[in-house]
Parts: sequence; C-alpha cells; structure tokens
Amino acid sequence: MSIFKEFTKGLWQELPPFRLVLGLCPVLAVTKSATNGLGMGLAVIFVLTWSNILVSALRKVIPRKVRIASYIVIIATFVVIVEMATQAFFYPVYEALGIFIPLIVVNCVILGRAEAFASKNGVVASALDGLGIGAGFTMSLVVLGGLRELIGAGTLFDVEIMSAAYRSHSFSFMLEAPGAFICLGVLLAIMNAVSAPSSS
Amino acid sequence: MKEIIQMIGVLSLISGVCALALSGFRAATAERIEDQILQNVQGPKVKLVLDKADNDIINDRKTISVNGEDVLLFIGKKGAEPWAIAYESTGGGFGGDIKVMVGYDIGNDTLTGIQIISHKETPGIGSKIADDQFTKFFKGLTTSTKFTTKPQGGDVDAISGATYSARGVCEAIRNSVEIYPQVKKQMQSQ
Repeated sequence: MSIFKEFTKGLWQELPPFRLVLGLCPVLAVTKSATNGLGMGLAVIFVLTWSNILVSALRKVIPRKVRIASYIVIIATFVVIVEMATQAFFYPVYEALGIFIPLIVVNCVILGRAEAFASKNGVVASALDGLGIGAGFTMSLVVLGGLRELIGAGTLFDVEIMSAAYRSHSFSFMLEAPGAFICLGVLLAIMNAVSAPSSS
Repeated sequence: MKEIIQMIGVLSLISGVCALALSGFRAATAERIEDQILQNVQGPKVKLVLDKADNDIINDRKTISVNGEDVLLFIGKKGAEPWAIAYESTGGGFGGDIKVMVGYDIGNDTLTGIQIISHKETPGIGSKIADDQFTKFFKGLTTSTKFTTKPQGGDVDAISGATYSARGVCEAIRNSVEIYPQVKKQMQSQ
C-alpha cells in the first residue's frame, strides 16, 4: 500500500511541472506537439527510473561529499544512452527534440529525485518513485503538447482533428514560445482551482 | 586521508563503469546511427538533386579521396550506366556554415540541381536559400558559370536582405565545382 503510493503520488500530488514546478525548460520548449511531448516524456521516464535505481542501490557506497558528482555521472550515462538509442531507432523524434535530449542531464526533476528520494530510500521504492514522477511528467507534456497542437495546428498526434478551414487559419501563436507560457499558466490555474479546498 | 581515498576511489570507479557501458553501447549503435543520418538527412536531398536516377542512390555510394580529403560520393544511374554524381560541400553563410548538396550530370558537365542540407541563417530572411525558388535557378547551369552573386560580378541573382546567405551558397558551389574534374576522373577510372 505505502509502496504503491510512491508511484501514484507522481501522478497528481507531486506532478512535476505543475505541482513541483520543476524542469520547465523542456516542458515549454518541446511541447509543440503531443508526439514530441510523449517522446520527451518517455526519455525522461527511462533516465529517471534507472538513475533512481542506481543511486538508491549505491546510496551506502557513495561518500556524501561526492554524491552530487556521482549522481550526475550516473544520470549523464543514461541520457547519452537515450540519445544514441533515439538517434538509432527513432530518428524523427531525435530531430524534433534536438538539444533537449542532452539537456535532460541538467533537468532538475531528475537530480531532485536522486537527491531528495533515491538517496534515502530502498531500490524498489525508488524505482516506483521514478516511474511515477516520470509518468506524471509524461502526462503533463502530452496534455500541454496536445493542447498546443490542437489549438495551434488543428491536429492531435498528427491526426487532423479540426476542419480544413480551421487548420488553414489556425491560431499558430500557440506553437510559439509565448503560447507555451500561456498554456502552462492556464493549466496551473485550473489545477490550483480544482485542488484548492483540499490542499489547505 | 582514508576518506579522501575512498572519495576518489568511488567516483573513479563509477565514472569508469559508466564510460565502459557507454563505449559498448556506442559500438553497438554506431553503424545504425550513421545509416539513419544518411537515410534521413542526406538521403532525401540526394534524391531531389538526382531526381532522374532510377537506382538506389543511398546504397550506390562510395567514399573517394580528393586532395587528401574524403568525399562521400552519391552516384545516380539510368539503367546500369552512371549518369550523374552528387556530393556535399560547405560555404560560410551569415550565421554559420551552409552545407549544400550539388549534383552534376557527368555527360555534359551541367548541374542537375542543388539542395541545402543544413544552414543556420536567419529564419524568414536568410533561410530563403533553402526555398525551391532560389535553388531551382541552379538547375541546368554549366560548371563554367560564374557562381558569384550579380553585385559581385557573377551570374547568380542574390536574395534581397539575404546577401550573405546567397553568397555562402555560391561559395559552397564554387568549392564543389573546383574539385568536380578530379571527382569525375576518379569516378570514371574506377
């Protein structure tokens, strides 16, 4: 029960971009479409879960003074693996995400979980924590990307949803950077409004 | 003292193991990555440049050495006969290097076309060099054309507002034309 909670907390209670408001740079930059959001999210799930497992497994071996350096080495290794794997097997995704795959190394969600959770908890709990937070992160990216794609381009996962008339005059402002901020802000406001009574 | 040694030891060990894992993974995927780049980046452009070829251009490629530098050569065939070749060259643009794929009809030494592989020019201004409207101009020109922009005394129409970008493309084509006789000779001797 309690260990299952480590997974579910990432889906709402500690939903990374909206609740912890962490790792916003890729959140804003790659969510031009739902597909990009999903690709980025899956990459983060992989890195987060494995780095959590390793950090947790090595938590008694790593001396306290060099822990951050060790975490970064571990995280960077998984990020490079993800980068090479997407390049080899999902080249279009690699092109769309570009610099943001290597930048997962400095995504504070991942270092944050390693420091705040994995370094203090067991391997299984850390793996579930990584999966949960990663799933929450992916969900947020897909929602944000989907919303922006739907309004900005009239498609969803590249499937044409809106009418042709809408698509030819679509609100492409939503695909630009300011659109990302506005979209994120509106979603944050909705989430806060929904959970306001229970959070006090 | 013991603490310092332990710190150094653990960190070195972690880095070492990670490096080993990465080099292993790199070795396993290197070939596939190279293939993906060919298929996704250069491949579509080569097909546009050598549009009349009926062979699998990506597979019929080879690396030759010109003036000590490797040139990746794509060969377009009609039937079994080599008809045209294409290779990449570089020129300096406004925002960075411009990479251009130039194709040549080896029968009459004319350009079959050019395509911009990559550039870092200003979006909306310099990026016009990648538009069909600009690149189609080069189709069918002979290799003796003066590949400089008209204000500089050449034969190429510049793009207003994007002089440097157009010059960069011309520079890339000049670099390409310069080695063309040697490339052609090497290709035919093989």
